[in-house]
Amino acid sequence: MPDQPEFNLHCPLPSSPTDVIQLGHGDGGQLTQNLLQQIIYPRFANPELDRAHDSALLQLPGNALAFTTDSYVVNPLVFPGGDIGKLAVYGTVNDLLMAGALPRYLSCSLIMEEGLPIATLTQIVDSMAAAAHETGVQIVTGDTKVVDKGHGDGLYINTAGIGERCTDRLIAPQSICAGDQIILSADIGRHGLAIMAQREGLSFEAPLSSDCAALTGPVSALLAADIELHCLRDLTRGGLATALVELAETSGLGISVEQNSIAISDAVGGGCELLGMDPLYLANEGCFIAFVAKADAEIALQLLRQHAVSASSCIIGEVSDSNSGARLQTSIGSERQLRRMMGQPLPRIC
Amino acid sequence: MKHLTEYRDSQLIGQLLKMIAARVSQPWVLMEVCGGQTHSIVKYGLEQLLPAGIELLHGPGCPVCVTPASTIDQAISLARRPQVLFCSYGDMLRVPGSGHSLLEAKAAGADVRMVYSPLDALALARDNPDRQIVFFAIGFETTAPATAIALQTARAQQLANFSVLVAHFLVPPALASIATANSSRLQGLLAPGHVCAVTGMAEYQALAARYHLPIVITGFEPADILQGILQCVEQLESGQAYACNAYSRVVRDAGNSLAQEAVSTVFQTADQEWRGIGIIERSGLQLRAEYQQFDAGLATTSNAPAAQEECISGAIMLGLKKPQQCPHFGTRCRPEHPLGAPMVSSEGVCAAYFQYH
Repeated sequence: MPDQPEFNLHCPLPSSPTDVIQLGHGDGGQLTQNLLQQIIYPRFANPELDRAHDSALLQLPGNALAFTTDSYVVNPLVFPGGDIGKLAVYGTVNDLLMAGALPRYLSCSLIMEEGLPIATLTQIVDSMAAAAHETGVQIVTGDTKVVDKGHGDGLYINTAGIGERCTDRLIAPQSICAGDQIILSADIGRHGLAIMAQREGLSFEAPLSSDCAALTGPVSALLAADIELHCLRDLTRGGLATALVELAETSGLGISVEQNSIAISDAVGGGCELLGMDPLYLANEGCFIAFVAKADAEIALQLLRQHAVSASSCIIGEVSDSNSGARLQTSIGSERQLRRMMGQPLPRIC
Repeated sequence: MKHLTEYRDSQLIGQLLKMIAARVSQPWVLMEVCGGQTHSIVKYGLEQLLPAGIELLHGPGCPVCVTPASTIDQAISLARRPQVLFCSYGDMLRVPGSGHSLLEAKAAGADVRMVYSPLDALALARDNPDRQIVFFAIGFETTAPATAIALQTARAQQLANFSVLVAHFLVPPALASIATANSSRLQGLLAPGHVCAVTGMAEYQALAARYHLPIVITGFEPADILQGILQCVEQLESGQAYACNAYSRVVRDAGNSLAQEAVSTVFQTADQEWRGIGIIERSGLQLRAEYQQFDAGLATTSNAPAAQEECISGAIMLGLKKPQQCPHFGTRCRPEHPLGAPMVSSEGVCAAYFQYH
C-alpha cells in the first residue's frame, strides 16, 4: 500500500520574514516602532532623541552656528576601511569642521530598500553610533522610510549637522590671501580607488583601504591655536584637483601646487597606473587642505602632525595674486593648468 | 611603481632634453601615434620643455575616437534589447554615436556594464545563461588578442549566449595613410610601443623604407617619449630613415607570437572605417567563418554612413590640424558636451589639451 501523505494543518497567512526590511518598516506602524525601539534608539540613545518628539529641541550658546547636510549613496554599503554609516557621520562632521565649527548635533534619515538584511542595517547603525561617540556628536532626530525592492541600492542615508562656530574668523574661500601656504593633511586617492576596486571586483597586490576618518582632532587643534587659518576644504568628490580649482575660482586668486609634494601611496599610484586614472581626481574621505598665512604654516604643520590622521601633513603649494586658476608644477619641471573633474572617472582602455 | 617612477625622474629627463637640444639643428615635425603617448605628453607638459624646433603632431591612436559612429549606434541598438547585457570598456561608454552614447542608453534603461577584459564578459555569460552577453570588442592590436582568446574559450565551452561586436583596428595601414596624406609636413614617427609589443617591428621596418620615414618604437613615460624623440631626431639629422626600438624593455623584434597566433586564428584582415578619417584598406579585423556564430554585428544592420559631423577629428588625428585650430574647441565643444570623440576619452587629443593645457 502506498504511503499516505502526512496530514498537516497550516495557517494560510503568509509568514513574513523577520530578518529583512519590509515595506511595513516604513509605514509608521508597529514594524516601524519595532525598528526604532530595537535598533535605532538603543544605539543612538541621548536625551533629545529619547523624547521621541517630532523635533529635537536644542540649546546652544550664542548665535554662531554652522549647518550642513549631505546624502550618502555609496555602493557597496560596507567597504575596506569603512561603511556607509561611518561615512554618513564623518562626512557631515567633517563638513562642519571645514567651516570652523565644532560638530554638536546630527540628524539621520535612513531610506532603506525592501529586502535589506536587518543584520546589515544593525551593523551600519552600530557603526554610526560608534562614529558619533568618537566625534562627540549626538544624533538627535531622524526618519526611516522604505522603498520597493529594486528602487534603492540597499540603503541611502542623509545626515544634517549643526556645529558651533568656535572662532570669530571667517574660515572660508573668501578669506584666502596671496602668500597663504597650502597644507595637505594626508596621501590622496585611497577612498576613491578602494571603492572602485571593491565595486568592480578588482584585486591589487597591495590591499586598498578607504581613508574614511573624522578630522575632528587636527581641525580642532588648528581652530584652537592662535594662527592665521584662512580656509579649510575636505577633498571629497572630485578630489584634490577639483577642490583647488574651485577655491582658486571662488577666491579669485592663483593657486600653485608642486606635484612632488603631493603624497600618493604605492597602492593608489599603482592602481591608478593600471586603470589609467589620475589620483588628483579620486575622492577622499579623511583628508583636507588648509590655507594658512605663511608666518604660521610651520606651527600649523606641527599641530597637524601630532594627529594620526594628519601625521604626514606637508606644504604642497601657495597662493598668489595672479588670478591664474589652479596650476600644477609637474615632477619633471613643466607646469599644467588643473581643471574640474568631468563626469565620473572611467578606466582607460589601454 | 619603481619601474615607472624611474622613467619620470627629473634628472634623467633633464639629460634627455639637453641631448635633444644639442642634436637639433633645424625644425622637425614628428608625430606620436598612440593616444596614451599624447596623454603623457600633454599631462607632463613635455612640449613646454622641448626645444622650439621640435613640433609634435598627435596621431590617430585613440581607440574610442576612431570607432565609427555607426558602430556605436549598432552597440546602442543591441544594448537596448531586453535580453541583452552589453559589456564595454569604460571610456567607450561616454563616446556618442550619431546621437547618443552607451552611458545615455544605460541611463534610459539599457543594461550596460563596464568591464576590464572580455574574460569578465565571458564570466557574465556563464553566470547569466538566460541573458545574451554582448562584448564591444574595440581597440588596436593591443586588445585584439584578449578578444581572440575570449572567443576561443567561448567556442571551446560552446557558450551560446556570448557574442562580440567587433571594431578592431590595425595601426600600420593607418600610418601609411597618414604618411601619404601628410607627406608635406610629417618627418618622423613615434610608433606605439604596446601595439609593437604584440605585433613586433617588421611592418614598421617596411613602412620606414617605403616612405623614407624614421620610425622609433616608443614607450609612454616622459623619459620613454624623450628617448623616442631623441632617436628620431638623430636619424633625421643624419639623413637616415629606418625603424628602431627605443622601448626594448617591453618590445621584442618579433612581438608576442602567442598573441599573434590567437588573433590570426580568430580574425582575418578587412577594410575598416575609421571615424573622421574614412575607410582604410585592410586596416581592421573581422571574424573568420568558423567564429561568425559569435558575431553580434550580424544581428544588427549597420546604418547608412553617418551624416557629416561638425567635428574635424579626421584632420586632427591625421596631424593636419591641432585642437586649438578647431573653431569649436573649448567653446561649443567641451568634455561635458563634446561635438566629437576626441573630446571624450582621456586619450583623445582634444580632451587631453582641454584638461591639461
